[in-house]
Amino acid sequence: MAPALDVARIREDFPILTRSFAGRPLVYLDSAATAQKPEVVIEAEATFYREHNANAHRGIYTLGEEATEAYEQARATIARFLGAEDPARLVFTRGTTEAINLVALGWARPRLHEGDEIVLTEMEHHSNIVPWQLAAQATGATLRYIGLTDEGTLDLPADLGSLFTDRTRLLAVTAVSNALGTINDVRHLADAAHAAGAAVVVDGAQAAPHLPIDVDALGADFFAFSGHKMLGPTASGGLVATRERLDEMEPVFGGGDMIREVFHDHSTWNDVPFRFEAGTMQVAQQVGLAAAARYLEGLGMDAVREHERDLTRYTIGRLNEVGATVFGPEDLSEHGGVVAFTYRDVHPHDLAQILNEDAVCIRAGHHCAQLVMRRFGTPATSRASFSVFNTTEEVDVLVDALAKAGDVFAV
Amino acid sequence: MAIDEIYKEVILDHYKNPRNKRELPGATYVCTRNNPLCGDEISVLANLADGTIAEVTFQGAGCSISQSSASMMTEAVSGAPVDDALSLAADFRAMMAGEAEPDEARFGDLVALKGVVQYPIRIKCAVLAWDVLQEALQGTGDAAGSAAH
Repeated sequence: MAPALDVARIREDFPILTRSFAGRPLVYLDSAATAQKPEVVIEAEATFYREHNANAHRGIYTLGEEATEAYEQARATIARFLGAEDPARLVFTRGTTEAINLVALGWARPRLHEGDEIVLTEMEHHSNIVPWQLAAQATGATLRYIGLTDEGTLDLPADLGSLFTDRTRLLAVTAVSNALGTINDVRHLADAAHAAGAAVVVDGAQAAPHLPIDVDALGADFFAFSGHKMLGPTASGGLVATRERLDEMEPVFGGGDMIREVFHDHSTWNDVPFRFEAGTMQVAQQVGLAAAARYLEGLGMDAVREHERDLTRYTIGRLNEVGATVFGPEDLSEHGGVVAFTYRDVHPHDLAQILNEDAVCIRAGHHCAQLVMRRFGTPATSRASFSVFNTTEEVDVLVDALAKAGDVFAV
Repeated sequence: MAIDEIYKEVILDHYKNPRNKRELPGATYVCTRNNPLCGDEISVLANLADGTIAEVTFQGAGCSISQSSASMMTEAVSGAPVDDALSLAADFRAMMAGEAEPDEARFGDLVALKGVVQYPIRIKCAVLAWDVLQEALQGTGDAAGSAAH
């Protein structure tokens, strides 16, 4: 078993945790929205700018080679962090949304025909729904949704094969729900999808920062993730795919560096993955993300998961104690570090505002998952989400503040 | 300070004891809109007589800001000429945009919502009922005569 996290020590790595608001120390419980950054990440990005900055893949001079080297090293580090030994399997993007759209535009659209099916789930983030709606509208393909149980897990038939038909081209599924915390058994679904001849697109935004990931063990043809949620800079992240799928994918953005040769009427493409990276990329940000991946590796992803599971268990227990309604699976092996809840009849916006008085940051709203909200008949929930630096004391600040919100707002 | 600023007694009073929150069967001016950010939903229902708002009610669900603003709005425009109501809507929006100080006599309870200006993300909650009122009155809302849920 991995050694437990030394949270007191870890907290010193995150400069923002020294901030306080009106004398109250920051309690950041919104890592599912975006993660805070450890000093090593901030420093890696800054060092790149201070010492190695030039455009990657362009300069002949030594400084340019250093920039290229840093960028490609970052690719190798991040790909390996997600279980891909071959760095060319990682296409850099601004994050999950861009990665999923890249698959929808470059791989799915040229392949989809009228009557083809895309299978989604009702727990998807809007960024794993809307690109498929656009693809369906453009091609005449249809969308089908896997529903949810009352507990917030996928409502799956005993025979998973019955979810797919010979017209199913693609399954798009999240590894971890940002709205419910549910951890899906992606491999189980992926095997059934593959057996039906469908490709599997995994939204890894909430998984990559919190669980040990091996994209091949998951059975993902495409795995999209966001750097800013895994302690890295904004606009970092990417798409890890099998070489076969990347070879099938058409370029989506045209421009510099994605071409081999340009003629008057056509061009030829650069190799995978560069053909999907047009124009100047987020070089410093991806270098920062590589530092984040090394940092998480240093902590050990098993230990990270263990820590966040303990916090989730504690939080659900305390919320139940004070009579809050908690969403998502009771079985903690299926529940990531995201706890969605409602408290009495206090609207989540009002609750978040009251918590702000104690410098507690939580998310209130529909979490870009309106299908989930509709399924559970609520317009909005409150959501606490965790990272490596959170403590049970912070959860206590949250739960104690609930009573105050109840006093003010209970109708 | 912030809590006192934003959640003055008057806001909570309107939230917990909303005025004119009921169906208005046969209403000729009806509009329903929501704030997709938070899922707040407001319907405004009104009957006019001689260019004056004879009756106005609201329905809906949401946070204290959106619901209290709707309650205050129905009180402020009930019995007012349509033009005055629309001008009050414009002035209310100006206050929420931080562009104008409210005329306290004319605004009455609505002044309490001024504190929301310092929470930009919630300004939309405060303005929602007024947007719906305007759409209802200007006939850009739902078909007249259709019943709100």
